[in-house]
This record gives sequence, C-alpha cells and structure tokens, in this order.
Amino acid sequence: MRLTLKVWRQPKGATKGHFETYETDGVSPDMSFLEMLDVVNDRLTLDGQDPIAFDHDCREGICGTCGMVINGVAHGPERATTACQLHMRHFRDGDVIHIEPWRAAAFPVIKDLVVDRGALDRIMEAGGFVTAPTGAAPEAHSTLVPKEAADAAFEAAACIQCGACVAACPNASAMLFTAAKVAHLSRLPQGQPERYGRVVKMVATHDAAGFGNCTNIGECAAVCPKEIKLDTITALNRDVISSTLFQ
Amino acid sequence: MTTTLARSGRRPAALRSTVGRKQLMAVTGVLWFGFVFLHMVGMLKFFTGPESFDHYSHWLRTLFSPLFPHGWFLWLQRGGLTVALLLHIWAATSLTRQSRRARPVRYARTTNVQATYASRTMRWGGVIILLFIVYHLLDLSMGPANPGYVRGEVFRNTVASLERWPVAIAYLLAVGAVCLHLYHGVWSALQTMGANSPKRDAMIRRVSKTVGLLVFVGFASVPVAILLGYRG
Repeated sequence: MRLTLKVWRQPKGATKGHFETYETDGVSPDMSFLEMLDVVNDRLTLDGQDPIAFDHDCREGICGTCGMVINGVAHGPERATTACQLHMRHFRDGDVIHIEPWRAAAFPVIKDLVVDRGALDRIMEAGGFVTAPTGAAPEAHSTLVPKEAADAAFEAAACIQCGACVAACPNASAMLFTAAKVAHLSRLPQGQPERYGRVVKMVATHDAAGFGNCTNIGECAAVCPKEIKLDTITALNRDVISSTLFQ
Repeated sequence: MTTTLARSGRRPAALRSTVGRKQLMAVTGVLWFGFVFLHMVGMLKFFTGPESFDHYSHWLRTLFSPLFPHGWFLWLQRGGLTVALLLHIWAATSLTRQSRRARPVRYARTTNVQATYASRTMRWGGVIILLFIVYHLLDLSMGPANPGYVRGEVFRNTVASLERWPVAIAYLLAVGAVCLHLYHGVWSALQTMGANSPKRDAMIRRVSKTVGLLVFVGFASVPVAILLGYRG
C-alpha cells in the first residue's frame, strides 16, 4: 500500500506545532497502525531525521497507552479498537491520513503525538479508590454481590484510561472517564460508604483540571475502545443530585 | 496516612461543578419546555376564530383568580420564566466558555461518528431563539414591531404580523430552531437529571424527537394558514 501521512510534529510542548507530510510505500495491509508508523520512523532515523514520537506499550489493546486522532476520529475508524489494534487493511491504497494528538488543554503536548494525561491520574487520586485498608483478599462469599451489579461494575472497570473520550468530545470533557471510574465503585457494595463524597470530589477535580463540560453529544462512547456506555454518565449525574439533595 | 473522601463542603461543590450547572440548565429548560408546549396548544385556538382566540387570551389574565388578583398569575409566570431564562443562559454561557478553554488548539480534521445536527447546534440555536423571543415580545406582546397592533385584539395582531411573508418565514425558521433545541434538549435534560437508563433510552429519544416535531407543526400551522389566506 502507498499512503500519504499528514502528521502533527511539535518538537516540545512549548514550541508551535505543524503538519508534516510523509509519503510512504510498501505498507502491508496486515500491519497495525503503529507498525506502519514504526516503518516510517525507521526510514526517518536512517535519514538522520527525528522520528515521530507516539505513546505505545502493550500493543494488545489493553493498556491504554497508545492513542492518536486518525482522520478526525480518536483511535481511528474501527469501533472498539485502540490505535495499536487498528490494521492497515481498513485503509485503501493511496489514502491520505491525518494524524493528530489528543487535543485538550488538560492534555498538554509533550512531543508530536505524545500528550501528558496526568490530569486523569489526578481525578483518580481525588476518589477513584476505596480508602479502607483492604488487607488480603476476603472470603468470596463474605459480601454478596448480585450478578448484574458485578457485570455492570466490570463493564465500567474496563476503562483503560486512554483519554479517547476527551479527544473525541467537542467540549474536551473527561466525563465518560470520570463516570466510568465512579460507576465501577458505585455499582459494588464496597463502594457504597464513600459513594457521594467520591463523585463530588472526582467531578470537582475533573473541572479544575481544565476539562470541558458534558453536553450529552455521545461521541465519547462512540469512540471508546472499551465501549463504556453513555448511561455511565447518567448514573454519575444521578449521584451528583443525590449528593446534593439527599445526603 | 489517613485519607478519607470526607463529605464536608460537598453541597456547594456539587452545585458549582459543571454537572451542577448543567443540571440547572436542564431544570430551567424543562420549565421552558412546559411553557412552550402549553403556548403551542394555546396558539391552536387561533383556528377557532377571532372571538374565541381573543377570549382565550383574556382568560389567561383571569387564571387562578380570585386566589391571585386579576392578571397576577400571568405576571408571576412571566417573572418565573424570565428568571429561568436568565439562569439557563448564564449556565450555558459559563459552560460554553469553559469548554472553549478546554480545547485551545482545534483539530485540523474532525469527523462526527454519531453526533446529531441538533446536538451540535444547541448553542447557536439558543442564541437564535433568544433573539426571536425579543422580537416576538416586541411584535405580539408589546406591539412596537407590529404594523397593526391593537392591545387585546390578539387574533388581529397575529394576522397583521404574519401576513407579511418575510416575517412568516423568519417565524418558521425560529420555530424550526426551537424544534431542534427540543429535539436534543428534552432527551438531554432527562439524561442530565439522571432519569435516563439503558431500558428507557430509546423511548426517551423518541419522545424528545416527537415533542420537538409536535411543537414545530403546531406553531408552524399558524403562519402557514395565514399565508394561505385563513382569516378566521
């Protein structure tokens, strides 16, 4: 395959970025998107140029490290797929592909396609955990968890903190991420004692980190590689109301 | 080290948050939806002729009388709606500004995966609706923008305004903006208030679209009838 890449290059966070065009040939349809970039980077390195910086780790779609906006869609055109698991067979010979970093004030660019997603960690630090020391794993039947609750909590806990929801949101809101982290505890008995304090603290940290607000557009859930659903945000909204009115 | 997710100071924090502000927007929006829907139903009295329509407008002033003196309920309602509108606009403006700041560098290329036209035009749609409300009050409630305004003769005023085709078309466009605003807004308000669920989602979306369209058809029928020559 022959492709034209228009890649965002930004040597440092403080410098101004621009798009650089790369013509690349001999791309196999079986390559992943990141392997295609590896090939481009090999050539750039041999030519004595700076390779394109991008985040990656497991390349199995489970770690949440990779992420780039490909032709205007976070993680590219395939549903429920991270950039590392996106294969070049989903593109056509001769395609022009725009590659940009996650764009959000809360995600400052470090270099090229690499952004600092520490703001998501700060939301976690604000309440994405249970404060009681848990010790060793308890006897499994000591706290009964209904199957539906366990499944719902697991669905929310599938979030890999990649930040695609922020990248896709027209408001650069991290509400789907925050809601997933709130939901995976609020759907379990262990999350109940601190449920309402947690949601308010995590939302306040979300807002302070410079993310935008949710306007229920739904692009986040549509691009989420782990298919976190929009109703996770409904549950968060409900908990915020409960925290104000009933607690 | 002891960390707790303490509850102190939570009440104002929840209200100040982006979620609290959009919930304020949802509640005030639902109030306005209620008004707009009843206003549309009332407008359909237009088709019962001048006498009946004028009588309906006078009846509005006698609402809840003698609990409230003549005309008071109408003013209470106007006051309530004005406050709701100001809060709605304040929440929308402050949240929009925050969202603009949240993405200082825009994408060179954006692709909508599933976002509807209605959901993406809530802000500018809202501005259009606000401008229309101002014109609408000057035209039909107060009169200075109406060529044949006679106080209390509601049917005559409506015809005098909407028999001018550019005004009728502007009216239709504005009602279209209201329709789009409700099309996304009714569902969005219920989602924001936590009333949605996976089971109810499809139903709530259908209801939201239907009431948006009903409001459009109801209001649009008046200028269309006037342009087609209906005079009671």
